[in-house]
Amino acid sequence: MLKISNVETFYGKIQALRGVDLDVNDGEIVSLIGSNGAGKSTLLMTISGVNKARKGNIVFNGENIENKAPHKIVDMGICQVPEGRRIFSRLTVEENLRLGAHANEKGKHFENDIKEVYDLFPVLSDRKTQRGGTLSGGEQQMLAIGRALMSKPKVLLLDEPSLGIAPKLVNQIFISIKNINKEKNVTIFLVEQNAKKALELADRAYVLVNGKVTIKGPGQELLKNKDIQAAYLEGGAKN
Amino acid sequence: MEKKDIIQSFKDSLFTGLIALALFGPIVGLRTVSKGEGLFITPQWGVVFLLVGLCILGRFLININSARRTEFKIFSTLSSKFSSITEDKAKHFAITGILFAVVFPFLPFTDRYFMDVAIMILTYIMLGWGLNIVVGLAGLLDLGYVAFYAVGAYSYALIATTFGWSFWICLPLAGVFAAFFGILLGFPVLRLRGDYLAIVTLGFGEIIRIILINWYEVTNGPDGITGIPRPSFFGLPFKRSPDEGETSFHLFFNLEYSTMHRIIFLYYLILVLALITNYFTLKIRKLPVGRAWEALREDEIACKSLGVNPTNTKLTAFAIGAMFGGFAGSFFATRQAFISPESFTFIESAIIVAIVVLGGMGSQTGVVLASIFLIGITEMFRDLEQFRMIAFGGAMVLIMVFKPKGILANRKPTILMHGDKK
Repeated sequence: MLKISNVETFYGKIQALRGVDLDVNDGEIVSLIGSNGAGKSTLLMTISGVNKARKGNIVFNGENIENKAPHKIVDMGICQVPEGRRIFSRLTVEENLRLGAHANEKGKHFENDIKEVYDLFPVLSDRKTQRGGTLSGGEQQMLAIGRALMSKPKVLLLDEPSLGIAPKLVNQIFISIKNINKEKNVTIFLVEQNAKKALELADRAYVLVNGKVTIKGPGQELLKNKDIQAAYLEGGAKN
Repeated sequence: MEKKDIIQSFKDSLFTGLIALALFGPIVGLRTVSKGEGLFITPQWGVVFLLVGLCILGRFLININSARRTEFKIFSTLSSKFSSITEDKAKHFAITGILFAVVFPFLPFTDRYFMDVAIMILTYIMLGWGLNIVVGLAGLLDLGYVAFYAVGAYSYALIATTFGWSFWICLPLAGVFAAFFGILLGFPVLRLRGDYLAIVTLGFGEIIRIILINWYEVTNGPDGITGIPRPSFFGLPFKRSPDEGETSFHLFFNLEYSTMHRIIFLYYLILVLALITNYFTLKIRKLPVGRAWEALREDEIACKSLGVNPTNTKLTAFAIGAMFGGFAGSFFATRQAFISPESFTFIESAIIVAIVVLGGMGSQTGVVLASIFLIGITEMFRDLEQFRMIAFGGAMVLIMVFKPKGILANRKPTILMHGDKK
């Protein structure tokens, strides 16, 4: 469905991605783990077109998208939940959600879509007239995911949904992600620092180190991998 | 209060006095008097010491007050009065305001001078509302808004004097021209934000003014354009003795001729134009494009990730904001019957931006209050001649001290209840 081959991305002279190969199949949950600065967010930004790849191809459903504008990529069915949620804090919850449907707000299903998001995250329904900035971190993350779902994506790119969120809510959000995948049939590409959670959830997973994929395999298998356990699961402090 | 605090605030006020001395010394202290064949400098240190003393005293009082964590009572009541005009009361306030504006020309105390000031305030309200689309909603700081005002005024003046078309045909054309210039400005600044955007727009405003001065063949340069047709009341001109075959307004309605008829007509014209601007803004905020403007102001990256096309969104904001500036410009041209580049200097842009910012970015009612406040204050102190700018500056400082986010800083949500499609 989504195939990334030999992608290189630069920030000025600094190379962030050094030839990434990766693919995501229809209906899967794929996780990408790695430490700070490995290039995880850069990869997501490159897929969604906010950053441009200098080399390599990104093919989505048989079509090259590496040179497309971000809004075209969203129209094709790839939507990103950016790192740090990036809620429109002065806009209300419902306005945030409607912005997610920017591409198809005129569509018939619009009212229905917003209801589905409220069913998925009932807390948002209670807070629909509140300003986005007044929500807690976890609620904001739900809003960010809901907002992205409003564009009816085929693939949802999630950038660190657990960042800065209470552990209890992290569990809830990961359950929601699983539901979105299973019930709404949305393919998930998840980038996470919380390696344990991300691997448990994933059908398949990749490890990114210094802009390159070093290990790949089914999520359960990677959980048992000695190197991964040492580097990402038991905490870097023990090394 | 402790002794240490008093000493501290005393030191601080002495420092303020030093700054005041540096400023007032040359500006007020050295006065040039022309005597015979040259200018002679006459010092007037007495006034300087009085002013510096006032600054020290004022600063000291503010320090003592802030140390006690109390405000001057008069300002806190004033600011809480403004805050009380919030969402639920806003509608009430708006209706009262519009009603007042409608009956204003017929109130017993309203004379020619009041009407002129009211027309000026309404022009600034309209410009403020137009700029509010760009600055308040889309968050693009435009310091060259006067350029679109100028483009509108000149388009109207040139079309009307060359082809002799009526106001109602020229008005939309002027708006279209201004919108076109809005897009023209929009393209090069698509990638810019904040300070850099402000600098480029500032330059754009100056470019337009300099073109107007130098393109003598078309714009008549610094001499300006004269004899711009006055507006007519749907074909009925406001003339004492109409041309042959024409009926003028006072003859048609069987009234005594008065110049006030035209003034009152102009007043209602700008009132309607301003209200259209307001209505349009309020409506468009609830549409996808208006919401995209506000989202762009909040976070451009999030917008991109959600499929909002930032190019189109910014360009529409510039174009629509410019269009209303153009409408206001045509009104200005027809009201004055004479325009020259003199009327479109940077200070105009600065005043309009000040109105939007002091009103509270994005607040429609705030623009009205700020226009009345700022334009009204400069008019009230007209007798002080050049010192009225001090009053203007003072008013701005007061708003920024007591209402740092603008008079009405609250953003009104566009959706109140789910399924409630208003």
